[in-house]
Amino acid sequence: MNNAASRKSVLLDVKGLKKYFPIRRGLLQKTVGLVKAVDDVSFFLNQGETLSLVGESGCGKTTTARCILRAITPTAGQILLLDDGEVLDVATAPTSRLASLRRQMQMIFQDPFSSLNPRMTLLDIVGEPLLVHGVGNVQERTDRVVEMLRLVGLRPEYMRRYPHAFSGGQRQRIGIARALALNPRLVVADEPVSALDVSVQAQILNLLLELQERLGLTYLFVAHDLSVVKHISERVAVMYVGRIVETAPTEDLFASPKHPYTEALLSAVPIPDPRLRADRIILQGEVADPANTPPGCHFHPRCKYAQAICREKAPALEEIAPDHFVSCHRARELSLRGVARSTA
Amino acid sequence: MPTDARPLLSVRNLKTSFFQDEGTTKAVDGASFDVAPGKTLGIVGESGCGKSVTAQSILRIVDRPGRIVEGEIVLTRTDGSQVDLARLDPNGAEMRSIRGGEIGLVFQEPMTSFSPVHSIGAQLIEAIMLHNAVSSKEARRRGIEALRSVGIPKPERRIDEYSFELSGGLRQRAMIAVALSCDPRLLIADEPTTALDVTTQAQILDLLRKLQRERGMAIMLITHNLGVVAEMADDVVVMYLGRVVEQGSVDEIFHDPKHPYTKALLQSIPSIESVPRLRLATISGSIPHPFNRPAGCPFHPRCAAAMAGRCDKDVPRLQELGNGRRVSCFLYQ
Repeated sequence: MNNAASRKSVLLDVKGLKKYFPIRRGLLQKTVGLVKAVDDVSFFLNQGETLSLVGESGCGKTTTARCILRAITPTAGQILLLDDGEVLDVATAPTSRLASLRRQMQMIFQDPFSSLNPRMTLLDIVGEPLLVHGVGNVQERTDRVVEMLRLVGLRPEYMRRYPHAFSGGQRQRIGIARALALNPRLVVADEPVSALDVSVQAQILNLLLELQERLGLTYLFVAHDLSVVKHISERVAVMYVGRIVETAPTEDLFASPKHPYTEALLSAVPIPDPRLRADRIILQGEVADPANTPPGCHFHPRCKYAQAICREKAPALEEIAPDHFVSCHRARELSLRGVARSTA
Repeated sequence: MPTDARPLLSVRNLKTSFFQDEGTTKAVDGASFDVAPGKTLGIVGESGCGKSVTAQSILRIVDRPGRIVEGEIVLTRTDGSQVDLARLDPNGAEMRSIRGGEIGLVFQEPMTSFSPVHSIGAQLIEAIMLHNAVSSKEARRRGIEALRSVGIPKPERRIDEYSFELSGGLRQRAMIAVALSCDPRLLIADEPTTALDVTTQAQILDLLRKLQRERGMAIMLITHNLGVVAEMADDVVVMYLGRVVEQGSVDEIFHDPKHPYTKALLQSIPSIESVPRLRLATISGSIPHPFNRPAGCPFHPRCAAAMAGRCDKDVPRLQELGNGRRVSCFLYQ
């Protein structure tokens, strides 16, 4: 494997992705408005890397992830996936191509309790993607399930048991085994550790890092917890009300954020050290309603650096340093506060 | 004992069990701690450690088939007299005047803790009129004042809205307004920010700190988030499977942890300040099911420092190390 060459090649390129949900009212179900859940989102994902999509509830990160998997059909935009040397647009791919596309892309869900069918054994759960895609015979599928369970650190003897016999962390391992059974190249993990206890969360994060190294996986990691994001990602994209406000390599984004929202988000994370009770940036007001977004920059009503132009014109995503993209009119002049790197 | 050093609330050897057909679950199994007036006590632990049941026991709202089996919960009342809440009738007049009066409560999920068919105001006014002899007009005025004090914009209008019309952050503010409407001296906050986004969480924590400064009330903050505890608490109690494993000042707990569980927990949390893509230290295994509580020290199967023949046989006592520092581990006995 030539790692050096494949590392830099783009696996997924999302361009101008939009997903609007209609608001229907009345007897005739007339469309009276649009919820702009994802509003012109562009980013790319290199082969073998982890990109985290961060943001608060309602910012459109999960909708973006679901569009990429074509679980929902986007309103506009391109989702270009590199598939066997040819580039394919997931957003407009015919239904007949979807099955083969989905072998390349799998999902790990947030809630390990509701994402596993309680009436299926581990063998059925982990083997189901193989069955759906018609892989191998019964014996080959069972062998693959055994292999997958070992891979995620579960004992294969357990494969005749049902999910209720397992703890939250173990169930999340089952979900990971199911996602990896088809040998996908892109894994979309939607908040995979947020339902877990702290002591178990660390085990799952380590497992995800280890599997990535062993199998050369590419992760799109959707999360709201910035400390988790820092641990898992190479690059981070911050979303606010349907738009990406900043994308940068992890270290750069945390040390020197360029967007005021990123600054506030980083500042709001409580640090587990009582000696570092810093004065936080407390954002005023509420997150904008995606059905009724403010004009100009979506963040301007809460931004302490906002000027007249921010109220009128939406800023474009610009590269202001190598690999560091920001969508803010004042990105070049502001000097914002990041998170100090601990010496430990 | 000098009067001003007397704890506002003193919990001693509290045991609360749930008696089910499948067996008895010892949700809280001998918890002891004090809440000092005007201070914040953080109670930390993972799921199943008994932190919420401890709060429910103090308020005497433990659901059937659970009940307090043993122990004392001594509250020092406004007039200086002391009362053992564990001995009161949960539905009696005295307990009802304390619950929501002297002790306020904020739950985790503001969506489910409000009634969806009554306006915020109706629920707020009900609480005020229950604990104070005031007219409904006066109660409404106080209700609007309470909403204003927690930073809800246009409280005159918001008071007639329903909980589903408010955002998560505003709903949690309204919940705090209800809890504070009767001027409690102790506020029990059970995971008050867990359902909220980080920037909203920062707003709510800031609000709690401000209200505490203004009113001098004590806060018992129950959470699994060590960051929130580090930020808010003066003293910390760490619980594991129904038992207090360690307690001390917030600085001691985070910078000089004694119990192997506290140490491991602190090492396993991802920090925003660490190097990216670093492997985290982990605690092996997972939290046992309450029916399969290990014998001896409940943490011994996952403990790196467990001593065979000791930790798996005997239960360690909560040992006083001086200066309010207590730890329950054979390494220190």
